[in-house]
Amino acid sequence: MGILEVKDVNKNFGGLKALSDVNLSVRENSVHAIIGPNGAGKSTLLNCLVGKLIPDTGSVMFDGQSVLGRKPHEINQMGISRVFQTPEIFGDLTVFENVMIPCFASRDGAFRMHAYEHMMQEDDIVETAERMLADVKMLDKRHMHAASLSRGDKRRLEMAMCLVQRPQLLLLDEPTAGMSRADTNNTIDLLKEIRDKRDITMVIIEHDMHVVFSLAERITVLAQGTPLVEDTPENIKGHPKVREAYLGEAA
Amino acid sequence: MDVIILQILNGLDKGSAYALIALGLTLIFGTLGVVNFAHGALFMLGAFCAVTLNRLLTLSFTTVDETRTDFLGNPAKVETPYVEAWFGPEVGGWMIEWSVPLAILFAIPIMAIIGLVMERGLIKHFYKRPHADQILVTFGLAIVLQEIIKFYYGANPIPTPAPDAFKGSFDFGVLLGFDPLTIMYPYWRLVYFLFAMVVIGAVFAFLQFTTFGMVVRAGMADRETVGLLGINIDRRFTIMFAIAAIVAGLAGVMYTPILSPNYHMGMDFLVLSFVVVVVGGMGSLPGAVLSGFLLGILQSFASMPQVIAVLPGINQIIIYLVAIVILLTRPRGLMGRKGVMEE
Amino acid sequence: MLGLDRRDLTLFIVVLLLALFAPFLLNPFPADSALAQFNAGYPDLMQRFVIFGIFAIGFNILFGLTGYLSFGHAAFLGVGSYAGVWMMKLLTMNVIPAILISVLFAGLLSLLIGWISLRRSGIYFAILTLAFAQMCYALAYSVLTPITGGETGLQLNLDDPRILGVSQTAEGNIPVPHLFGLEMNQTWDLAMGGWEFTFSAGYYLAAVVMLASFYLAIRLFRSPFGMMLRAVKSNQQRMNYTGLNSRPYTLAAFVISGMYAGLAGGLMVSMDPLAGAERMIWTASGEVVLMTILGGAGTLIGPVLGAGLIKYLENILSKINKGVLEQWFAFMPDGIDSFLVTIVYPFVGKGWHLTLGIIFMLVVIFLPGGLVEGAQRIGRLFRRERKPAAPEDPEHHPKPQPHVGE
Repeated sequence: MGILEVKDVNKNFGGLKALSDVNLSVRENSVHAIIGPNGAGKSTLLNCLVGKLIPDTGSVMFDGQSVLGRKPHEINQMGISRVFQTPEIFGDLTVFENVMIPCFASRDGAFRMHAYEHMMQEDDIVETAERMLADVKMLDKRHMHAASLSRGDKRRLEMAMCLVQRPQLLLLDEPTAGMSRADTNNTIDLLKEIRDKRDITMVIIEHDMHVVFSLAERITVLAQGTPLVEDTPENIKGHPKVREAYLGEAA
Repeated sequence: MDVIILQILNGLDKGSAYALIALGLTLIFGTLGVVNFAHGALFMLGAFCAVTLNRLLTLSFTTVDETRTDFLGNPAKVETPYVEAWFGPEVGGWMIEWSVPLAILFAIPIMAIIGLVMERGLIKHFYKRPHADQILVTFGLAIVLQEIIKFYYGANPIPTPAPDAFKGSFDFGVLLGFDPLTIMYPYWRLVYFLFAMVVIGAVFAFLQFTTFGMVVRAGMADRETVGLLGINIDRRFTIMFAIAAIVAGLAGVMYTPILSPNYHMGMDFLVLSFVVVVVGGMGSLPGAVLSGFLLGILQSFASMPQVIAVLPGINQIIIYLVAIVILLTRPRGLMGRKGVMEE
Repeated sequence: MLGLDRRDLTLFIVVLLLALFAPFLLNPFPADSALAQFNAGYPDLMQRFVIFGIFAIGFNILFGLTGYLSFGHAAFLGVGSYAGVWMMKLLTMNVIPAILISVLFAGLLSLLIGWISLRRSGIYFAILTLAFAQMCYALAYSVLTPITGGETGLQLNLDDPRILGVSQTAEGNIPVPHLFGLEMNQTWDLAMGGWEFTFSAGYYLAAVVMLASFYLAIRLFRSPFGMMLRAVKSNQQRMNYTGLNSRPYTLAAFVISGMYAGLAGGLMVSMDPLAGAERMIWTASGEVVLMTILGGAGTLIGPVLGAGLIKYLENILSKINKGVLEQWFAFMPDGIDSFLVTIVYPFVGKGWHLTLGIIFMLVVIFLPGGLVEGAQRIGRLFRRERKPAAPEDPEHHPKPQPHVGE
């Protein structure tokens, strides 16, 4: 029994079958990659996991509980965090505040009025946030506006925001999309570090095979809305079906 | 039955005005992506075009008529409008009497220039700014425009009559086989409705059947792609803004006999027109027209004494109530397209 | 001190001193000099400064922090006013219950309107609040006349059944609102040389309330709650995926700002116990938007400055008539003076709205951050000459660009 269980999920957009009979089981504390050509339904699947889309049929269970019908903030409170394709951060706020907000969310839940306390007097949260920023090596940029960061720094900040909540499951939607080679390598190193240091499950959607094969322990190949195979990276590399779906199309 | 028809007819003229203003608003929003709070002011400027033309035509010189005396026994002073002197009393008198319809010709170039200047001078710089900024700057512009009008024309409404031929009412009910005098309808309101239909039809035909219109419609759907095709979409959008200004102005010109123009009529209509646009769906032209007439007629029904007896004050709030319900149940409005003003 | 850091404390003390010495500061010209008409130190106007300051501070909590542009805040001010007058009619002329009930009613109405309107964002939210406020206005004007006084407005009468207090004074007059016996229209005059200063009880009450509201606003801006509100403005999607529900935050901000508006309404009727529907019309809502933007949305001091500036212009400019202008330009050669009068006249007197509209447009076009941004730019110019610009503490300068929450 994995921590994330996707069973018989179907999703149609009008007449288009985006997902058909998707089954997926992600083991706890593993890194699971989902790959597939464009239009394979990767993003749709991810959106179903975080409550942005509701599948037509099927079930999505996280840690024994269904996530279907829950709002994004409720799903996050269950222990799922998400990194977006383009970093979604609070651009108008400082880097430090960006990390403080998830700390508050983990401590106080979806809503609490601290309309009178001074936020710098929340010692434990200030400390957690600082430690997290030190972990991603951004402590020196704490007073900068998040919007003025470089793309790579924005990505690190977004990961910091997700990790500071100590999620059980981290979903990454093409975390290296649009990055330079150097930034990509940095991101891979960061993710490796996270994988090795923490007990965390990661689901990565990725185009870049370099990223996938350096991180993933298991890989699911999705094509035209259905999982083709699920196996270890070594086996996937030589799998004929994958070549057909993936490389055949690319060539 | 006759009551229902009467209320529908009563709603038509207001509905026509709403539809015309809303059409321009939604056109500007759909093409330029700008929320124009100064659109009501354009309506008001149109109405004052009619007032101005009327004043110009009645500009007079004074002569002394020795044959007549005034009540003090002095020789009577006679005011003769220049147009009567130039074109003869026949033609001149006719021009003065028909000043409101004539003002259409007068208003088109003026409103076009105002529209062009507004878009090139101000709105252009706000394409990339947040909608809040657009609302605020056009709101400021509306204040400025109405204050200018107030300064030159005063704060009081200025009655501007329709031509004599259209004064009075006709018995609409007889046409439909009802008893005489059950459905009386003022001629001018019918003229206004027909005029509105012609203008709306012209705008739709222009967008539908000309290549210019085709490009604009394509631009409304996807501005960037059309821009990539090497078409100068900006210039077309400027022209669309001018057309929207003309439509609002014409709506104002012809509305003067129904409502004597005053400087704040634009603001009054603006709020309602915005509601109309939102109900119809931001960026939807048919939606704006449909909801304009719908809300006009609804308002007229809500003003019936029988309805007010049951729900006092409903005539005052019906439009807002409808808007609230629509916005909560169909956030895109009646005919709104996906992706407009959404995250 | 007071739970504020040093910069906020300085700001608060500056505002405190300004409010305390306003009767002096606003009367810089001797009473019989030609410039005396630029004096603003009379009670009626000073009261309006601080009361509209409260209104704008409250509006800024919603618009400046969350970016939700409400075009219906005047409704809360109006409801607060009506509730306050009714309290005076029925219970007592003491202003405390009146103010409290104003805040309460405005809070309830904003809870209702906010709960519905906040389902939408951006322009739709603006239209929804506008529609609600116009409904309130139309109802107050027509059907609710028994409660609101309709066109004439709601005022005190000689036969009000005041439970704690008298319907009429011994002289047969309507009693005056008071604070435990201190009548609100009481004033003390102080003449120093050619200067005349007036201290009014009503002004000082309003000023104290304004300072309290301002203090609360600072605390709120610097609190985790305030940070969450800025997060709403910045990125609602990330907020939701961080496990936060943005609706309660925006609703809380909406209700708080509605209560500020109610407080302003309550103070208004405490100074002058009458309330009219025209206080709720949408252009009145537009006015508070103008104040906030003009001063600087999202900044602490901006709304107070904006409110003060607009009310000052309204009073001073609208008092200038043709005669005054002719006096001013009399020293010029003939012809030129009448020319100048003709040029300037449209912008003053009854035309002061024109000036306001132009100033407002210029601010939105060139200074989206309002007067505060203007001051910062000037400050930066000077600072650059002395030393390289110090790293800005962004906590104190929330990005001054207003957005509609989307």
